Amino acid sequence: MKNLYRKYRTVALLLLAYAVPVLTRDPYVLHLANMACIFAILTLSLNILTGFTGQFSVGHAAFYGIGAYTSSLLAVKAGAPVWLGFLAAPVVAAVFGILLGLPTLRLRGFYLGVVTLGFGEIMYQVFVNWISLTNGPKGLTGVPAPRIGSIVLDTYGSYYFLSITLLVLTIVVAYRLLYSRVGRALLAIRENETAAEAMGINSTYYKVMAFCVSAALAGMAGALYAHEIMFVSPESFVNAESVSILSMMVVGGIGSIPGSVVGAITLTLVPEYLRSFGDLRLVVYGLAIVLMVIYSPQGIGGWITRVDQYLSGTAIRKPVRGGVERGAA
Amino acid sequence: MLELKNVHTFYGVVEALRGISLTVNEGEIVTLIGANGAGKTTTLKTITSSVRAASGEIHFDGKRIDRLPEDEIVKMGISLVPEGRRVFPRMTVLENLEMGAYVRRFDRAGILADLKKMYALFPRLEERKNQRAETLSGGEQQMLAIARALMSRPRLLMLDEPSMGLAPLVVKGIFDIIKEINEAGTTVLLVEQNARMALKAANRGYVIRTGEIVKEGDAKSLTEDPAIRAAYLGEKVYGKGEAQ
Repeated sequence: MKNLYRKYRTVALLLLAYAVPVLTRDPYVLHLANMACIFAILTLSLNILTGFTGQFSVGHAAFYGIGAYTSSLLAVKAGAPVWLGFLAAPVVAAVFGILLGLPTLRLRGFYLGVVTLGFGEIMYQVFVNWISLTNGPKGLTGVPAPRIGSIVLDTYGSYYFLSITLLVLTIVVAYRLLYSRVGRALLAIRENETAAEAMGINSTYYKVMAFCVSAALAGMAGALYAHEIMFVSPESFVNAESVSILSMMVVGGIGSIPGSVVGAITLTLVPEYLRSFGDLRLVVYGLAIVLMVIYSPQGIGGWITRVDQYLSGTAIRKPVRGGVERGAA
Repeated sequence: MLELKNVHTFYGVVEALRGISLTVNEGEIVTLIGANGAGKTTTLKTITSSVRAASGEIHFDGKRIDRLPEDEIVKMGISLVPEGRRVFPRMTVLENLEMGAYVRRFDRAGILADLKKMYALFPRLEERKNQRAETLSGGEQQMLAIARALMSRPRLLMLDEPSMGLAPLVVKGIFDIIKEINEAGTTVLLVEQNARMALKAANRGYVIRTGEIVKEGDAKSLTEDPAIRAAYLGEKVYGKGEAQ
C-alpha cells in the first residue's frame, strides 16, 4: 500500500489535475480552475522569493501586471503571435525583477516590503495613466486566444490544459530549484545572510537571481491571465491583489511547494463559495487567515507533508524525549 | 601566509581600523585580543572582504586579496567562524555541514570523507546530524559552526569570539579542539575577548585598541606584560600601567 502510494502519487495527482475539464463542463467552474492555476503560479513565484530566499515582497501583482500587459500589447498593438507574448512576458518581467532587485539588495523585512509595495503602486499608476500605451482604466480589449495548430484555445475548458501545463512546469521548476545548489544557497541566505557569505555564497548574485526568477514566473502568470480573460485592465493588478497572493502563500505555507498550490486553490475557491455571505465574506476570509496563522503557522503545506509522510511511510517518528518536530520547510 | 599592511577601514565617516598591520605565518595560532569595539571583528570582516578596506593591502599566499569578492576569498582557503555562531537554524546539522562545503562543487568524495572527519572530531554532531541546528545547545552550535567552516577545507581558519556566551568548561573544550585543528595543519587566526584563554592557546598575539595594534609579541611575553595583565587579564596592577 505504502509502496503503491509512493509510486503513483504523482501520476494520480497529474491525472486528476488534467481530468478537470472532463469531470465538469460548467464554464464558471472551469474559469475558476484556470484562475486557481494562475494564482498557484503566482504563489509559487512569490514563495521562491519570500519563502526560499527570505526577501519579503508585497508588490508581486506588479510583475503579474507587467507580464499581462507585455503579452497583450504585443498581440493587440503589434499583432505579434500569442506565443511570442507568452515568451516575452516572463522576460520583460524578469528585467523589471532585476531592476527592482539590484537597488534593494541591502533591504530586508519590512523595509523591503515597503519598497515592493511602492513598486506595486507605481506600476499600477503606470497602467492607469499611460493611456496611449495601455488604454488606461478602460483596459485593453480584444486580447486573442492562443492556438495550437488548428485548435483555438478559446473555451475555458481547452484553455485549462494550457494553464495546468504551465502550472506543472512551474512546480517542476520550483522543485528543481529548491533541491539544487542554487536552492541551497537561497535557503542559506534566508537562514543567515552573514553565515551564507562566510560559506562563499555570493549573496548579491543569488538575491538578484531570486528576484529575476520570481518575477519571470509571475510575468508568465500574467500572460496566462490576459489570454484567458481576453481583456486586461489596471484593476487586476492593484496592491490588494499582491496581498491576496501573500495570503495564499501564508495559508499554503511559507516555503512549501505543495502548500503554495493548495493555498492558491483554496483562497481562489473559498471567496466564491462565500458569496452567499455577501460583504461578510471578506470578514470570514480574513478570520480564516488569522486562525490559520495562529493555529497552523506552517500552513496547509505542513498538513500535506505530514499526511504524505504518513501515507508513504517516511514519517520520522518523534523521539520520546527531546524530540524535534520536523517541519515542512 | 596572511599579511595585512597598514589597513584602514571605515564605517561611513568612522574610522574603525587605523592602519592595522599583522602577519599570520603558516602553522601558527595567532590571536587578536582587545575590548569591545576595538576593531577585532572589523579586522576579520575586512579580511573576508565583507567590508572593504579603504586603503592598505591584504596578501594571502603572496597574492593580493583585498579587492576580491567574498566567495573568491573562501575559495582561496580562508574560512570564517562568525561571531555568535550563526548556524543555519532551520537546516539540519548535516545540511549545515554540507553548506560549509559549498565552494567545493565537484568534490563529492572529498566532502564525504571530510564529513567523517568532522564526526570524528565532534562525535556530538554525528549523534545530532538529523536535528535542526536551532535545537542544539550553545556549545554544540559553536562546534557546528567550527565544523562547518572546516568543511571548505580552509588553510586559514579564522574564529570570531568562539568563547562568547559559553560555560567555562565548554570554552575549554572548544579551545582544545582549536589546538587539535591547528596541530592537524590548519593555520588559525583567533579573535577573542577572553584574552587569558586565547593567549594560552596561541603562539603569538596582537593587542588591538581603538582600531590600532598597540602591542604584539609571542603569547608568553604578552601574558607576562603587566599592562596587559591589568587591562585584559583582570589583574589589578597599581602603578603606571599604560593601559587604562
